[in-house]
Amino acid sequence: MIPRLYTVVAELTYRCPLRCLYCSNPIEFANSCAELTTDEWARVFRDAAALGALQLHLSGGEPALRPDLRELVRAARAADLYVNLITSGAPLDERRLAELRADGLDHIQLSIQDTDRESAELVAGARSFERKLSAAGMIRRAGFPLTLNVVLHRFNIERVAEMAELAAALGADRLELANAQYYGWAMLNRAILMPSREQYDRAELAVREMRERLRGKIEIVFVRADYFADRPKPCMGGWARSYVCITPSGFVLPCHAAAMIGSLRFDNVRDRPLEEIWRDSAALNAFRGEDWMEEPCRSCANRTIDFGGCRCQAFMVAGDARAADPVCSLSPFHHRVSAALSASETREPVYRNALNSRRLCAPR
Amino acid sequence: MNPLGIADRPRLAARARLKWDEREKRHVLLFPEAALVLNATAAETLKLCDGIRTVGAIVDELCARFGEQNRAAIAEHVPELLRRIRERGLVET
Repeated sequence: MIPRLYTVVAELTYRCPLRCLYCSNPIEFANSCAELTTDEWARVFRDAAALGALQLHLSGGEPALRPDLRELVRAARAADLYVNLITSGAPLDERRLAELRADGLDHIQLSIQDTDRESAELVAGARSFERKLSAAGMIRRAGFPLTLNVVLHRFNIERVAEMAELAAALGADRLELANAQYYGWAMLNRAILMPSREQYDRAELAVREMRERLRGKIEIVFVRADYFADRPKPCMGGWARSYVCITPSGFVLPCHAAAMIGSLRFDNVRDRPLEEIWRDSAALNAFRGEDWMEEPCRSCANRTIDFGGCRCQAFMVAGDARAADPVCSLSPFHHRVSAALSASETREPVYRNALNSRRLCAPR
Repeated sequence: MNPLGIADRPRLAARARLKWDEREKRHVLLFPEAALVLNATAAETLKLCDGIRTVGAIVDELCARFGEQNRAAIAEHVPELLRRIRERGLVET
């Protein structure tokens, strides 16, 4: 049976003013084709809603760099989706926010990199700190509910308590502290970004304290680091089980990272309607359900809980997208994850920019 | 958090939106990253949370709609429901 689609992430563009070391965009982003037009996105939103989708995240890159953002928000609201804008804050001002509010945008998720300006801008590869703080104020004054998002890594994970104080002071409803997930650019920079076990454990404790202290004021979500667990995360709630990510040029993926699995052919909304893709796409069906599983997943009691973990991680670390997620201590490749934890080292960071993108995916 | 009183005037929080889910013929309450599935009573209750009506007025209106014989159950159930949803930051008073 084909499951119901609940959530769509629309990556409106790969353009972005920031160069974050942990960016989840594909390394080859600079080689992607033309972005979907306003009308193409509007059709995708209607088709997604008809499939049952409730939530739409407008993401990127920086989605507010699309000059047609207002039309896109209106189209999404016309399809009765709950619309969240995931932004760096950089291109937003008071007037634009008021317009987006009037257009029906439901919620804004603003990223900040750190509470320390220097560290924040080093990781973002751009001057951005002050701008983000003022964006948070403008977002609240425009009447939007606000989630503040911080990706955690070795250089900021010791400041989770300060992040919670800042989020509360900025009037955020929610703070999402998301440990870096090692795909794409973050994988390239893994040895630099990986926190120590001690740092991670202290952060988890500090989050628990802050949750207690700020109860009723702000909700604090801590997205755990799977490298420090011995069972994998239920990645995306299961491959193509409730969620799709649509790239700027219209490819339909089960998550933002799956394009890296070169053996899969992803369908494009320019060629086939989303409804047909959700049902029939060979790539979406490749790891749907349990039939694809090998041991140790096939007979594992946890397979209905974690769905075998993350296919991209299996592909990257174990070299096989069908293998158990190597984060799992039952994986024969688990030692590679453990080795990455002790291998934190100093080396040149690779910033997410078009030049590096082209250099890294040029034919060798 | 203060207990929910009969004179409080609940309204949906800015981040919450009530929606009819045509596919499964039920109401859902949408908010960032998630949705609450609502039964018919909960949906009717939330529709009346406009920041003007008091909890008492909401109970009266539901009694008029679902029958006075259900008043005891409604008067017990509705404030409890609103208290739980307020605890999740989806209703404000």
